[in-house]
Amino acid sequence: MKKSLSKKKSLTTKLNTLELIIEGAGCASCVGKIEMVLSELNEVQNAEMNFALRTVTVTFIDNKSVDSALLIQAIESIGYNAKSAQDSSDEELLDEKEIAERKYYQKLMLQMWVGLGLGMPLMIYSLLGGPMTVNSALERSVWLFIGLMCAAVMYFAGKHFYIGAYKSFINHSANMDTLIALGTGTAWLYSMVVVINPTIVPEMARHVYFEATAMIIGLINLGLALEVKARGRTSEAIKRLIGLQAKTARVIRDSQGKRQEIDIAIEKVQLNDVVRVRPGERIPVDGVVVEGSTSIDESMLTGEPMPVQKIKGDEVVAGTINKIGSIIFKATRVGKDTALAQIINMVKRAQNSKPPIGRLADVISAYFVPVIMIIAIASALIWLNFGPDPRIAFAVVSATTVLIIACPCALGLATPMSVMVGVGKAAEAGVLIRNGEALQTSSKITAMVLDKTGTITLGAPKVTDIHVFSELDENRILSLVASLEAGSEHPLAQAIVESANEKKLSLNKVEVFKALAGRGVEGIVDNNKLVFGNKKLMVEQNITLTKEIIISAQTMASEAKTPMYFAVNGELVALIAVADPIKGDSISAIKRLQDNGIRVVMLTGDNKATAKAVADKVGITEFFAEVLPEDKSAKIAQLQAQGEIVGMTGDGINDAPALALANVGFAIGTGTDVAIESADITLMRGSLHGLADAIAVSKATLANIKQNLFGAFIYNLAGVPFAAGILYPFFGLLLSPVIAGAAMAFSSLTVVSNANRLRFFKPQDH
Amino acid sequence: MLIVNVIGLGLIGLIIWWFWLYKPKAMQIKEAVSDNEITIVVEDGVYQPANISLNENSAIRLRFIRKDASPCASTVLFPDLDVSAELPLDKPFIVTLPTMKKGEYSFHCQMKMYNGSIVVK
Repeated sequence: MKKSLSKKKSLTTKLNTLELIIEGAGCASCVGKIEMVLSELNEVQNAEMNFALRTVTVTFIDNKSVDSALLIQAIESIGYNAKSAQDSSDEELLDEKEIAERKYYQKLMLQMWVGLGLGMPLMIYSLLGGPMTVNSALERSVWLFIGLMCAAVMYFAGKHFYIGAYKSFINHSANMDTLIALGTGTAWLYSMVVVINPTIVPEMARHVYFEATAMIIGLINLGLALEVKARGRTSEAIKRLIGLQAKTARVIRDSQGKRQEIDIAIEKVQLNDVVRVRPGERIPVDGVVVEGSTSIDESMLTGEPMPVQKIKGDEVVAGTINKIGSIIFKATRVGKDTALAQIINMVKRAQNSKPPIGRLADVISAYFVPVIMIIAIASALIWLNFGPDPRIAFAVVSATTVLIIACPCALGLATPMSVMVGVGKAAEAGVLIRNGEALQTSSKITAMVLDKTGTITLGAPKVTDIHVFSELDENRILSLVASLEAGSEHPLAQAIVESANEKKLSLNKVEVFKALAGRGVEGIVDNNKLVFGNKKLMVEQNITLTKEIIISAQTMASEAKTPMYFAVNGELVALIAVADPIKGDSISAIKRLQDNGIRVVMLTGDNKATAKAVADKVGITEFFAEVLPEDKSAKIAQLQAQGEIVGMTGDGINDAPALALANVGFAIGTGTDVAIESADITLMRGSLHGLADAIAVSKATLANIKQNLFGAFIYNLAGVPFAAGILYPFFGLLLSPVIAGAAMAFSSLTVVSNANRLRFFKPQDH
Repeated sequence: MLIVNVIGLGLIGLIIWWFWLYKPKAMQIKEAVSDNEITIVVEDGVYQPANISLNENSAIRLRFIRKDASPCASTVLFPDLDVSAELPLDKPFIVTLPTMKKGEYSFHCQMKMYNGSIVVK
């Protein structure tokens, strides 16, 4: 099956291999051809094909390696198709997974019918009072035949349990298969002993349990099949995200001097490709708009319902939908680097990580199966020593029932299933949770620290008011100040220049420009001496400030605006207020947090007056102003010392140490920027409602995990003693192995279904 | 009856020894790999091989081939390394692990029914 062509060169490097999946190789002779064509490439040392798996492993010489596309090309040149084993797209993987699961489901259903096909008639017969005993030669023959049929059922419908149990056993481990195999095996073996040699068991105990064996196998296969179905639904969120990826892109390329638009597969789009997107189409890869304007629906990624306006120079993100205009953009991130691919990756990783609450279940799982085996033996011994007659039959029934009822799967599934749904649900709301620990801790947050700039506010100062105290008109004033500030990089200066640009005002040349540190700027524009800055600068320049001007400036400051004074030729002509506007929904989002009993604290590097004004406006009573970035972590530590579980929210740029120190760090993503490493949770849209959503999803998920764990613990804690016969001395009740089989089959299904309830969770409307 | 009791207690002792006290021999990485790659077959409730040992600071790639269609087998988790992967059915999938310090690193499926360990010496 295996064959290799080697160039026999020394192998000095490690990990320089690549694996390709070959399609269309139907005969063993293809192996030689494929290996040959690959080995002929200079960089390839060895090509080895595994015909059974239809894969070829290519080893490169020294540190050389070849792009998989070249290898694929070589294989295609001899008439086969190939793709890199690691390059299957998420969608392909998902499709394959769904096909595999569907086949597995059908197989399990068939096995269920085989099991129940024999078990049901036998059980009905027994329920109708038919004797399940061996007392005559005829009964022996009939039961022998049924016993052999039961063995056939065990083979066709339960082979996987026995093989799994055996392989685990020789590996010194035990799992669910072990319990099922031992339980059904014990029942069948005992019954066969009764049939083949009835005299070795007391007359009262000559009972057969073939119906239990067949029923248990059928029911457990049914439980597994239903679980496969239910599990499919737990990954709906990731399916939806993967479904956002476009399949093709319309790329504009120059061919023989002509500009051509061609549709190509999304995987083939390269960096810097120019892509056209028409109305209603999905953005295929990340990029920057180079032509046209449009509005784009980003709600699928950010949860933000309003379409976002995009013009030349704006970023567009793969997976979002172009609403009305037609745009051309340049690809800046393709393949696995797009924001969407990173989000999918992050959500997948988080879905597989476990919160600390799941650790206890993990520890128990490690000891669970052997403990159940011990309990089964102990229970049998107790029945044999102290039970009523027929002791041996009671011992067999109790041991079998204990083995069958115990369900390690319910325990094992309790946490991961809920995390899977919860993390997916959060992603749908535009909240990316990094791991299970962040999920658990955010459900316990008692204090939330918010950075002001960029978190509560938009982070982009804007000119809000121009109070004119002369005959000059507003536009002329703005044009003069913008001309003066045009060269400055100060955020306030930028706000003024932007405002002038918005009004399409023309700017003039500045002469004798001077920046006065901490006070403002001065210069000459159109032969006028201009001074623009704070009050201190005006006093220095002996510019008269009337009472009216002073009151106006004070009012601005009290409204969280920064007043800037503008004087022309020694006379104050206007006050310009610049403010960083508060985000539209910050007030309601902060109230939502406070209503949930969370202490909200604001931190800012700004002065006290502005900080107070902002805090008052958004309803925050506790704030710290003039905090340097490096001191933010100290404030977090201070809150932690007070016993608070602290969440810190920032834009991730200068808040990294504070985000890292907080119990949970929330980063506000700018649009869809997910590469914020220091945060535990990333909010894909700017709104602070994401915080309350994240906490609500975490709480709901944790509650769901607790229900699952509680259910699984209680089920096993109560089920196992019942099965062992604890009720028998008091009520004469002993659980039937068939009931145990049904209970076990449905216990894990219950866990998965309960986790699925989380799919319907909706964060509070806002 | 005494014999039955002794057999029963003996079985309990054997369970304790076989599943908890016995330390299985780990597969030495040198024997099992080429290019620091080891193939692990996921089938019938076990990873084969399930126990791997390697030297400190060596890179390793695990090439999983999942033959068990059960959804449980589809995810492999390395909790201490913060690595997880979805394994496709009947198709090799390579998981590259970061270099590890001395210690034991477990890997398992979501429900911990499949268990394996990597011992770094």
